[in-house]
Order: sequence, then C-alpha cells, then structure tokens
Amino acid sequence: MNVLVILIPVSLFLGGLGLVAFFWMLRRGQFDDPDGDANRILRDDYDDKPKT
Amino acid sequence: MLSLPTIHCAGCMSRVERALEAAPGVRSARVNLTLKRAAVEADDKVTAEDLVQVLEQAGYEAHELDPGVLTVTDADTGARDLLMRLAVAGFAMMNVMLLSVAVWSGAEGATRDLMHWISAAIVLPAIVFTGKPFYVNAWSALRAGHLNMDVPISLAIILAVGTSLYETMLSGEYAYFDAAISLTFFLLAGRYLDYRTRATARSAAQELAALEVPRAVRLRDGAEETVSVSDLAPGDVVLVRPGGRIPVDGQVVLGKSEIDRALMTGESLPAFAGPGSAVSAGEVNLTGPLQVEVTAAGKDTSLHRIADLVAIAESGRSRYTSLADQAAKLYAPGVHILAAVAAVGWYLYTWDLRVALNIAAAVLIITCPCALGLAVPAVTTAASGRLYRKGMLIKDSTAMERLAEVDTVVFDKTGTLTLGAPQPVGLDLLSKDEAQVALGLAQGSSHPLAQALVAELTGSAAPLTDLREVPGYGVEARWNGRPVRLGRAAWVGAGALDVTATFLQIGDDEPVALTFTDSLRPGATEALRGLKANGLRVLLISGDTGGAVRRFADEIGVDEVMAEALPEEKAARITELSDAGAKVLMVGDGLNDTAALAAAHVSISPASALDAARVASDMVLLGQDLSPIAEAFDVAVKARARIRENFTIATVYNVVAVPIAIAGFATPLAAALAMSASSITVSLNALRLK
Repeated sequence: MNVLVILIPVSLFLGGLGLVAFFWMLRRGQFDDPDGDANRILRDDYDDKPKT
Repeated sequence: MLSLPTIHCAGCMSRVERALEAAPGVRSARVNLTLKRAAVEADDKVTAEDLVQVLEQAGYEAHELDPGVLTVTDADTGARDLLMRLAVAGFAMMNVMLLSVAVWSGAEGATRDLMHWISAAIVLPAIVFTGKPFYVNAWSALRAGHLNMDVPISLAIILAVGTSLYETMLSGEYAYFDAAISLTFFLLAGRYLDYRTRATARSAAQELAALEVPRAVRLRDGAEETVSVSDLAPGDVVLVRPGGRIPVDGQVVLGKSEIDRALMTGESLPAFAGPGSAVSAGEVNLTGPLQVEVTAAGKDTSLHRIADLVAIAESGRSRYTSLADQAAKLYAPGVHILAAVAAVGWYLYTWDLRVALNIAAAVLIITCPCALGLAVPAVTTAASGRLYRKGMLIKDSTAMERLAEVDTVVFDKTGTLTLGAPQPVGLDLLSKDEAQVALGLAQGSSHPLAQALVAELTGSAAPLTDLREVPGYGVEARWNGRPVRLGRAAWVGAGALDVTATFLQIGDDEPVALTFTDSLRPGATEALRGLKANGLRVLLISGDTGGAVRRFADEIGVDEVMAEALPEEKAARITELSDAGAKVLMVGDGLNDTAALAAAHVSISPASALDAARVASDMVLLGQDLSPIAEAFDVAVKARARIRENFTIATVYNVVAVPIAIAGFATPLAAALAMSASSITVSLNALRLK
C-alpha cells in the first residue's frame, strides 16, 4: 500500500495540470465560439499557411 | 461589431469574412458563429452602414451593433467566473470520487482515515471557492427574511462538510465529502447553463438597443455641429437630413418635406411637413432637409411620455411566479422541516448528537436539490438554444413559461406583419408612356415610394428634362415639352385616397393614382396559420387608417380588427383582454405598441423595432422572418411539459430516497449514486427538446 504515497500526489498533480490548462484556455477565449470553431475546421482558406 | 442573424454554417462564415475583408479599409474581420456576430477592425473612415451594404450584396442580413456597449464583456466575465468554479468543482469531485471508491471498496482503519483526510484537504478549499455564489445568495435571502433554493443548498453543503470533518477526526466510517462537492458541481452546472442563456440574450438585446445613435446636428450661427441629444435645449435649431430620424419634439422653421410617422403612430401614409408643422421625436424625415426648432428635448419628448406609459403598464403587470419559484417555495421549507425532524427524532432516540447531525446531513444531501436545480435551466437552455438557431432571442427567463400559457395573440400591422416598405400595385394598368414617365420621375427622388416604383417598373425611363424634386410634394420635369409631375394628391390636383398612393400627372391630363400596399413580412402567413392551428385567437390592432387595416386583415385572414388605435387605446385593449381572463401575446414594433407590449402577458418584437419596443418585449426576432413565432409557441408548450416532468422525476426520487435517509440507512455511496442518477435523468429529459 506504500505506493499510494507516490500515486496520490501524482494523480493530484496531473489533475491540477489539467485544471491549470483549462484556466489558461478559458482566459485565452478558446471557449468563446464553440460553434464557430467546429465549423472553421471545414474551410480551406488557410490549409496551406496560417492566417497572418 | 455587426449582428448577423442568418448565418449558420462554415460556408456562411467564410463568405462573410471574405466579403468583409475585401471591403476597402477593412483590416480584419472575424465571425463568431455562436453569438452570430462579426467583429471588424477597420479604418475610422469605414462606417458600419457601408459594411452592412457589403454584406447585403453578399446575401446576408446584418445589423449594426454598438461596440461601446461593455455589457458583453461583463456577461462574459460572469459566465467565465462560473465556468472557472465549475472546473474547480469538477477537478475536486473527480479526485475525491477516486479516493472514495477506495473507501467504498473496503479500505479500513488507517487507509480509510488517510483517504478521508486527503479528501478533506481537497474539498475544503474547493468548496469554499466553488460554493461562493450559493452562500452569497443564501445570505442575502436570509437577511431579507425569506428562503430560497440556495438556503437549503448552502446548509446541506456546510453541514455535510462539517460533520464529515468531525467524523474524519474521530476516524468515523462515513464521510460525505464526495457528495458535498458533487452536489456543488451539478448545481454550478445548472447555474452556468442558466446564466449563459440569459447573458447571451441580454447582451444581444442591449447591443440591438444601441442601433440608434443619439446624436443630432445643431445649427448655431449658420454652422453645423454634431452634439449629443442630451445637450439640446428648447430654442435650439437642429438640422434633420432626408432619411434621418428626428431627435426631438419641435416645430419646423425651414424646409418642406414628408415625414414617416409609422413607428410613432402606425400610420403607413407619410405626412406633409412644412414651416409651422409640429414634429415629434422618433419620426423619420423623408424628402427634404428640415430645420426644426426644439420645443422639448430629452425627458420631455413624446418619446419619453410613451416610456412613462410603459412604466405604468409594467407596474400593473402582476409579478409572475415561475415554476422554479413555485417548486422552491414548496421545497425549501419542506427540506428544512424534514432535516430538523430527523435530527431531533434521532437525538431523542439515541441521545447522541453526532448520530443526529449525520442523519440530518444525509437528509439534506439526499433530498437532492441538484435535480431540482437542473430541472429548469437544462430545459430552458435546450429550448432557447433551439429558438436561437431559428432566429429568436429570449430576453426574459420566465418568458418561455409565460408564452406557453398564451391563448390570445395580438398583432400590430405596420412594421410587424408588414415590412413597413411600400409595394406598388396595379402597375400593369399603366400605359407604356405613363410607366416610362413615372420611372423617369421616380429615379429623381429618394422618397421610399419613388424607390419602390424604381424597383418595380421595368423598361427604360422616358427622356425627361428639367427634373427637380420639390421637397414635401413630389418630383416634376418636362417630357416632350409637357410638364409631368409625380407626387402628393393635392399637388397634382387629385382627391386623396385612404390608402398609400402617389399620383402621376402628364400635362393637363387627369392624374393617375399609383397605389401601394405594404409588403407582407416573410413568414407572416405561416406564423398566423401556425398560431391558429394551435387554437389561439388572433387579433389585429393598428394605428393605421380603417381602410388600409381592413383590406390587409381580409388578405391575411384575421377577423378581429381594431384600427386607428392610439397608443393608450392599444394598451387599454390589452388590459381589457387580460381582465377578461385571456393571456395575451403582443407582437409589435412601434413606439405606439410599447405600452401594449409591456401590458401584455408576454411580448415579441422584431429586430427592426424601435429600441423602446424591444426593451419592453420579452423576446426579439433577429431576422426578417416571422415564422419562428408559431414555432416558439410549440417549443414553449413542450418546454413547460419537460419542466413538469423533471419536477415529477425529482419528486419520485425524493419519495424513495428520503425515508431511507431518515431511517439512517443512507451511505455516502448510495447518496452519490442517487444524486448522479437523478441529475443525469433530468438533463437527458431536457435534451429531448433539441
């Protein structure tokens, strides 16, 4: 059972990493237009190069 | 910022962006499909009207939005704040659940205590942060001396965490950390859905309100200056250009023109205005420039008097108790009494405060406010999402429930059932010469009637000389040496008709009347048919003249008609209907409808309506199409049925679970299972609406 001492902190850390990533995405406005993002992938305007 | 009510796919998005970026002066454009908006970065020279034109050519309806309205970002931060709390609650819930699984599957002694302690370490800070919206609401309700849903929720959370902490200290067997945090998670989810629906609607409605720019051109010592309407004082002279909206109440001092009173009175016929005529704020100047001396500005204008009417009508509207409020009213005291009785009973039975408090916490948690908390928002989110895709915006959270109760629908005519744009009739009765002359004359004017003629007449224009527009009267010119005129009845020496008309005179011939009807708004017949199919009574109340209204009513098949109604009369008629027990849905767009909109049980206005009308109504149609109204009614009825079902599910669940909790058989595992099961059932039931 001693492995728990390592595993629990590890799982908490990984979960926390996800949480921090989510905060970052939220702040960057990546959830502002979910419908638009879903549709944007279908257009071929910027297939060759990114939008400048 | 532009509002684009009709976009819906990837193709629309790229066409709109390309069209905008191809426009001169535009640096970049980005469409937000969720909000149906486009943000445009452009040079200062580029006006929103230009861009609206560009998009219209590309085939998309667009409206200008005021970028200065900061409420959008306010709404966003509110939603983001809730989403952040939701994420923290989700994170904590998942971790605690993992640890709890270990306990449920039989961890004992030191291991169980360790699991409980770690859970406590995660849950305590998380619950303080995530539950804040509930604590704040509960506290303000308690201070005001009444109970809302948040009081039992906060009590359940605090009591559950408190007793669990105490149990953990004593190495007890049961801890409800997982239940407390998942309760918070589910409730936050409901709160977030609710908030997002309302915030989107509210911000869009407020941006639409910014369509009218409150500015006026003041003449001082012959020089023009642009000032804010609030800076105008009686005695100032303002210049109103053709096509402009009159910003104040006043008297014309110079210039002749025609003014469109449709939004103020519902008249579809433009009225003549010359020196000495009184004009009021909100009317549109059509042909010639007018100089208007201000008699009343700001709060004293007739615009504001109508706003006062609205305030009176609104105070008369009985406060509507939503289904959620009714449920909370039953639920909150019921739960407190149950928990208190259970605690006292167990204390008297065992003389053990620890057992009694544990039971009370279990009762509070297992009565599961989360199913109740999700019951309404999940349904309204699904329903308003569906209506939003159809182009209808719900501004008020209880509007949907009220709409479901409606049994009478009252329509306004001008601008609501019709587009407010004239359509010439019987043009093929004109001789070829007449048609060509009329076209030539009409091309010389920007008057709406002339523009409508230009759009409808085919062929080439007759060669005219000396073409000039006489503001307020019409257009005249010479054709083959004979004077020709197109304009008002009195000007060409004809008798006035009771429908919208302009007259064509060639030489000294008898003037020919060119009559117009207002074109029907797309979807109007579908909307009427749909509403009638649902057994609703449909009425038409208009401020327009009797003849025009009756003819129109026959055309679309409405039997009950009231014409030449003043704003007060419209509102009075609605009140009369309500007093007779009818639940009235009012659909209108003009200032003259505003009081009626506010007096009705529920109200809808089109996006082209004046801002006062949109503010007074509960729902706003984003596009030109009226057909969503009939659909909205169907959706509202279905939504109400779903909400009721959800309450039934939550009640049935409580009837089963509460006795178990009171009897003391509830374990944290049972609570977690039951809570998740009921929340998911309720959400799935709501999704059936989509």
